[in-house]
Amino acid sequence: MEIHSWSLKELQDHLRKGDLSPREAVEGLDAAVAERDPAVQAYLSRDLESALRLADEADVNLPLGGIPIAIKDVINVEGQPCTCSSKILEGAYLSPYNATAITKLRAAGAIPFGRTNMDEFAMGSSTENSGIQVTHNPWDPERIPGGSSGGSAAAVAADEAFAALGTDTGGSIRQPAALCGCVGLKPTYGRVSRYGLVAFASSLDQIGPITKTIEDSAMLLQAISGADPRDSTCLDKPVPDYTAALGKDLKGVRVGLPREYFAEGIDPQVKSAVEAAIEVLSSLGAEMVELSLPHTEPAIAVYYIIATAEASTNLARFDGVRYGHRTAAAEDLMTHYGRTRAEGFGPEVKRRIILGTYVLSSGYHDEYYLRAQKVRTLIREDFSKAFEKADVLLSPTSPTPAFRIGEKVDDPLQMYLADIFTIAANLAGICAISVPCGFANAESGITLPVGLQLLGPAFGEEALLRVAHAYEQATDWSSKKPPLAPAKSGA
Amino acid sequence: MPSYLVSIGLEVHTQINTRSKMFCACRAHYGEPPNSLTCPVCLGLPGALPVLNRGAIEKTILTGLMLGCEIPPLSKWDRKNYFYPDMPKNYQLSQFDLPLCEGGGVPLYDLAYPKDAQKDIAQPGKVVRLTRIHLEEDVAKSTHHQNDTTIDFNRAGTPLMEIVSEPELESPEETAAYLNSLRQILNYGGVSDADMEKGQLRCDVNVSVRPEGQDELGVKIELKNMNSVSAVRRALHYEIDRQITALEHGETLIQSTRRWDDDLGETQLMRTKEFAHDYRYLPDPDLLPVRTGALLEKVRPLVPELPHQKIARYESDFGITHYDASVIASDLDLSAYFEQAANTLLEREDLHLKSPAKRVANLIINDLLAALNESEKPITKCPLSAAALAELVTLIDGGKISGKQGKEVFAEMFASGRGAAEIVKEKGMEQVSDTGALETFITQAIDANPDVVQQVKDGNEKSINFLTGQVMKLSKGQANPQLVGQMLRDRLSN
Repeated sequence: MEIHSWSLKELQDHLRKGDLSPREAVEGLDAAVAERDPAVQAYLSRDLESALRLADEADVNLPLGGIPIAIKDVINVEGQPCTCSSKILEGAYLSPYNATAITKLRAAGAIPFGRTNMDEFAMGSSTENSGIQVTHNPWDPERIPGGSSGGSAAAVAADEAFAALGTDTGGSIRQPAALCGCVGLKPTYGRVSRYGLVAFASSLDQIGPITKTIEDSAMLLQAISGADPRDSTCLDKPVPDYTAALGKDLKGVRVGLPREYFAEGIDPQVKSAVEAAIEVLSSLGAEMVELSLPHTEPAIAVYYIIATAEASTNLARFDGVRYGHRTAAAEDLMTHYGRTRAEGFGPEVKRRIILGTYVLSSGYHDEYYLRAQKVRTLIREDFSKAFEKADVLLSPTSPTPAFRIGEKVDDPLQMYLADIFTIAANLAGICAISVPCGFANAESGITLPVGLQLLGPAFGEEALLRVAHAYEQATDWSSKKPPLAPAKSGA
Repeated sequence: MPSYLVSIGLEVHTQINTRSKMFCACRAHYGEPPNSLTCPVCLGLPGALPVLNRGAIEKTILTGLMLGCEIPPLSKWDRKNYFYPDMPKNYQLSQFDLPLCEGGGVPLYDLAYPKDAQKDIAQPGKVVRLTRIHLEEDVAKSTHHQNDTTIDFNRAGTPLMEIVSEPELESPEETAAYLNSLRQILNYGGVSDADMEKGQLRCDVNVSVRPEGQDELGVKIELKNMNSVSAVRRALHYEIDRQITALEHGETLIQSTRRWDDDLGETQLMRTKEFAHDYRYLPDPDLLPVRTGALLEKVRPLVPELPHQKIARYESDFGITHYDASVIASDLDLSAYFEQAANTLLEREDLHLKSPAKRVANLIINDLLAALNESEKPITKCPLSAAALAELVTLIDGGKISGKQGKEVFAEMFASGRGAAEIVKEKGMEQVSDTGALETFITQAIDANPDVVQQVKDGNEKSINFLTGQVMKLSKGQANPQLVGQMLRDRLSN
């Protein structure tokens, strides 16, 4: 049995039929990881023993009973490392508690399995900013998997995970999902508790699923959503049955096409794949509506002010006093702080801490931070108006397919532009999903996945899933496997 | 030499006696083993998030209402950024531009002034205006050893209220009165014990001097590290003298922070303004702003009678003096004790006591407080219940024992915890008011002193006193002197 190639739903069916036990599922998955991960480098660590222990006591009748889920290394799981791919935590911190998303996964019977690589503290779009290792795109090992949840996306794409949790602050679930050819959903801000998610930018961060199918995404979202008394920003709103949204047709659904998202700078192959997707959706009965999001242009600037401002204070706690890396005996306190952080943080994290410190400093606070907050309100209003005219909005997820490892590391601005279509959803607090919508041909016969982004209003996940599912069912992009996850039989 | 005006403003930090910490469920308690009351939130572990403690917000609003503050409809929390090992997140959750309370004032009570300054209060009834009151989290406690520093995070994240005054205090004595009055009010509201010596109330003091006639304030100097009200007073006396002397010598003062050294009795320069922190305030994205409307309605009925209101009521309802009322009202437990004793007696109309509340107040102020003081007991540990004190008053005012005997009985009651009647009986003190027994003594006294009897009959009123004294002697001091005088007059007027 090629169990690792199964979707989460397929695994659930087999487990419930009794074709295999949760222990066998975990062992089969572990074997696939052992075989493939040396080339992909998606995982930072995995604790097979604890996963097997949980597998042995799993109840397959629970919603996700006995199903192993890969976890981005920024979400706390009790007893496991949580390095955030940073040298400041690597080998120097074992989490004493579970994130609420993990508590909910456990309550649904799922098994946290392995810690996936990421850009350090989720800062980046290629996973190259990991302080620990570089992850390779399963479609072309010379290329990046996207980021920051690159490890989770690569693991799912390479059949090294049935499904994974990622986090999305400006596109960190959707962009790697698009670049690796999987489904990535960023829930509405306040849908999933952030308790236990190591904060990058608290007003933007959300945990969400990275999966092989839309149905899997609905199932995983179902398990992790809902109110949490430990997170004041997590809303006490009932969690609908997300799988019930699947299988409905698209008659009368209005799909908005924001003019600004189809302007220049989009790779021609990405553009044609997205245009073909629009055709498919139209043929399914959806109605296309052209509209405008006027404040798209300043969104990147707003994002890099707000996100870095929050990050600069969120990351202040990594000081070597209570946990994590601590520099060798320093002569005084300021030297201790300076050296500990200089040694522990990588260049991108330092860049953002410095930027965030600057925009909050006295004399600049109003000019940058306050102004950015005002523009953020305008961006939010853009979306409110757009959702009066459309049920969901559509755009490419990323302007380009996966780029080469090292191609943009020396040009942070170019790297920041990789998030141009995804960050507005975080600024507005709305939900969005990336679905595979075709391939771009690179040289030497290599094909690279392209992702279609659908954006929904706050708590509009059902609409997103409905449209995405209809599209997925009408195409067969999701069934394609990358060369690093060959659909081989009898291997 | 010109005379100088002094302006003092205070930033008071006071702990709030909530059960749990400000942003997590850990117990807010002192004296537990180090780092035993901690969790991911108050240790600032990666990923942990704060959640507001409603109780702390309510007690802050209550304080605001007691001090006449405005409670703005919206309040929010901000991150105050600076690095220090006692702060787990390296930012403190505090309130920057939308505090829970604005304005208001602290009345300076006469008895809140230092004892030696009570006779010479410059502005009786002065109310010092407040700028604001906000709520924040306390930091951990660092202990510095020879080679290292240890940190106890039990205190980290406990609620702390910051009360900021306008620079309207004009002397060290007013400053002491401010701190004592504030403490009294916080006690009244059940918000905090606010004991400086236990670290429950800490304050930074800003002081400036300027020559008389100058309108704008002088250069502000902040004083830190005073651990008692008297230390604040001493530090201010020192610092005011220092600043005036400096100005007299033509020196220029610079805005700075100075540390009070209680052993040396002097202030020392810590840092000047150039080294001031840039706190880079940021609205905390983990906490939602608080709408105060509903909380305000919940808290409003909880506002207690305040010390000055209590004093006025004692004067009018119990007929005791302003001074006695002030002494009693200065302690909430003492007030309760007084009211219980006084009310017990006022309900006993059958006893026809003239002004029992006055007697209770006298006993409390002249005897009880001294006894408590001597035995170092708080009123809550008083061996004498309010009911027992009331019983003693019925014996004195009912004429059973004399005032002088009352003092003796009181001492015995305080020492042994026994009841007044029991002691009076045991000591055979009961005044003889039995007219039958007294008639015998009176007859003896009249028979033995015919000359004096004649003088009385001739209208010499004073001679009655002599005869009364004789009767008292015969009764071994147990006769009721008023009654004896009356009976003598009756007999000799015939």
